[in-house]
Amino acid sequence: MSGPTHNDTQWRDIQRNASFQELVQKRSRFAITLSIIMLSLYMAFILLIAFAPGVLGTPLAQGMTTTWGILIGLGLILVAIVLTGLYVRRANGEFDRLNARVLKEIGQ
Amino acid sequence: MNSLLLKLTLVAAGSLLTGATAMADALTGPVTKQALNVPAIIMFLIFVGITLYITWWASKKSQSASDYYAAGGNITGFQNGLAISGDFMSAASFLGISALVFTSGYDGLIYSMGFLVGWPMIMFLIAERLRNLGRYTFADVASFRLSKRPVRILSAFGSLAVVALYLIAQMVGAGKLIQLLFGLNYHIAVVVVGALMVCYVLFGGMLATTWVQMIKAAILLFGASFMALMVLMHVDFSLEGLFNEAVAVHANGLAIMSPGGLVKDPVSAISLGLALMFGTAGLPHILMRFFTVGNAKEARKSVFVATGFIGYFYILTFIIGFGAIILVSTNPAFKDSAGAIIGGNNMVAIHLANAVGGSIFLGFISAVAFATILAVVAGLALAGASAISHDLYAGVIMKDNADEKKEVRISKISVLVLGVVAIVLGIAFESQNVAFMVGLAFSIAASCNFPVLLLSMYWRRLTTRGAVIGGGLGLATAIVLMILGPTIWVQVLGHATPVYPYDYPALFSMAVAFIGIWLFSVTDNSAAAGRERDLFDAQFVRSQTGIGASGSIAH
Repeated sequence: MSGPTHNDTQWRDIQRNASFQELVQKRSRFAITLSIIMLSLYMAFILLIAFAPGVLGTPLAQGMTTTWGILIGLGLILVAIVLTGLYVRRANGEFDRLNARVLKEIGQ
Repeated sequence: MNSLLLKLTLVAAGSLLTGATAMADALTGPVTKQALNVPAIIMFLIFVGITLYITWWASKKSQSASDYYAAGGNITGFQNGLAISGDFMSAASFLGISALVFTSGYDGLIYSMGFLVGWPMIMFLIAERLRNLGRYTFADVASFRLSKRPVRILSAFGSLAVVALYLIAQMVGAGKLIQLLFGLNYHIAVVVVGALMVCYVLFGGMLATTWVQMIKAAILLFGASFMALMVLMHVDFSLEGLFNEAVAVHANGLAIMSPGGLVKDPVSAISLGLALMFGTAGLPHILMRFFTVGNAKEARKSVFVATGFIGYFYILTFIIGFGAIILVSTNPAFKDSAGAIIGGNNMVAIHLANAVGGSIFLGFISAVAFATILAVVAGLALAGASAISHDLYAGVIMKDNADEKKEVRISKISVLVLGVVAIVLGIAFESQNVAFMVGLAFSIAASCNFPVLLLSMYWRRLTTRGAVIGGGLGLATAIVLMILGPTIWVQVLGHATPVYPYDYPALFSMAVAFIGIWLFSVTDNSAAAGRERDLFDAQFVRSQTGIGASGSIAH
C-alpha cells in the first residue's frame, strides 16, 4: 500500500488546475445524476410493490395476459444496463481525454 | 437470501410446496437422493479436468504477490466483467430464481431486480475510485488516509464474516445439490468442493480463480440461452403466448402475473432493497476483482459487461421459470405419485433441460449447476485468505513491512485452513437451517464494509475513530437484528414471536452505521484526525486522476 507520496503543495497545485476542476465537476455531476435516476426508479418500483401492487398487475391492454409489471420489470433491467453503458461511454471517452490533459498540464 | 425470500413467498402463497425445498444461495431442508446420473458426472469431471489444467498453467505464471492477489492486473475489462457476472450467476440464482418464477411467477423478477440495480451504483460511485486507490483488497482503500491498523482490523473482520457466512451456505448447498443432481453422497460433495477450491486458489491464485469463473459463466450462459430459446420456440417467440399458456396451467392462474407475497410490508421491502443494492458494493470477493484489471478504464468496462450479462441472465431465468410452468408442471414424467416435482421445485430448471434437450443436455446442465458452486467458493476463499494475509498479517501485524513472499505464503496457509474449516462446517451444518446466512452476509456488507468504504472515498471529515466505531456498530446492529428477527429468532430458535419484526435489518443497521460514523468523526478533534483530513486532498486527486495508482501505466 503506497500512501500519498507527493507533498501537500503539489496536490494543491493539481487541485487548482482548471482542467482538473472541470473534470471533477463534470464527472461528479454526471455520476450523481445517473445515481439519482437509478435509485429513484428502483425505489419507486419497490414502493409500488409495497403500497400498490395492483398497478403492476394491470394488463397492458384489455384481454392481454402480459401486465405492466412485466414491462416495467424488464424495462428496469434494460435501464440499468443502458445507464451503465452511458456512463462508460462518456467516462472512457470525454472524461479520459480530459484526464489525459490534466496529466499533461501538470507534467506527469 | 434467495431462500429467505423463497420461504416468505411460500408462506405467503399458502405454500404449494411441503417441506423446505427452497434452494437459493443456501439450499435448505431435507432432499432425497436421486438415482446415479452418469452423464452429468462425466461432464462435471471434464470441467474439473479443464479447470485443473488452467490452474497448472496459472501456477507457472503466478510468481509475485500481485500475480497471486490480482492476477498481475492483466485481466481485461471484458474478462473481468464475465468473471464478476459469474459470481452472481450461482447455482443459487439459476435454480433458485427459476424455481421462484415457477412457483410464483412475477416475484422472481422483483427478486432478480434487486441484485442487478446494485451494479449501476457501483459503476457511478465506486468502481474507478476503488481501482485508483487500492491494490489487493478494499481495506487498502478504506485505510488509505486513516490509521491502518484499526481500519484494517475492522475491514478484515467484515470481510471474514461475509466470506464465512457465504461459504457455509455454498458448502451446504453443494452437499444437497450433489444428491439431487448426481445421486452421490452429501459428504463427498463437501470434501470435493473444499479440496478443489483449495487447489484452484493455492496453486493458481487470482488468475486461475478468474478463469474458472469465466469458463463457468460462459457455459452457464450458453446452457441457459439454449433453454430459453427452446421455450420461446415452443410458443412461437411470443411472450404473450408464453404467459397465456402459463396462466392457463398454473394453480394460481392470473396471480402469477403480478406481485405476490414476496415482500410483506414497506419496511421489509425497503430494507431488502437496500441490502441487495448496497450489499453488493461491500462484498469483498466482488470488490477484489476490481484490482485484477489494469486501470480505471478497464474497471468501468468490466462493470458494464457484468451488468449486461447479469441482466441478460436474469431475463433468461425468468423465461426458463415460465417455460417450466408450461413444460415441466404439465408433464407427469417429472412428478412423483403425489404430484410433486421430483427432487423438489428447485429442480424445475434441471427437468426443463431434460424436456427441451434430452438426457445429454440434462447431464450438461447438472454438471454446470454444480460447477458454479466451485467457481463461487474459489473466489470466496481467495477473498478470505487475502483478508488474513494482506490485511491482518501484512497490514496489522507487520505494519506494511511484510516480505512479499512470506505474505503470499501466509495467504496460502490461510487458504488451506479455510478449506478445512469450510469442509468441517459444511458437514456440521448439514441438517441446520442456513437460509439466513447469505441474507446476513449481504446485510453485513451493506452495513459495515460499504459505509466505511464509501465515506473514506467521499467524505473529507471521516476519521479513524468514526470509521471504526460507526462501522463496528453497523456490523453489530446487522447481526443482532438478524438474530432477533423472524428468520433466526422464530424459525431457527423456535420462539413464538420475533423481537425485531422485520425480515431484513439493513434499513436500520445502515442508518446506525452512517450516523455512528458521522457522529464519532465530527466530534473527533484529535491531531491525528486533523492529519487524516489533510490527506484527503492527496487521496482525492489520486482517486480522480489515477496518479500513483498501482499498476497504472505512466502517461
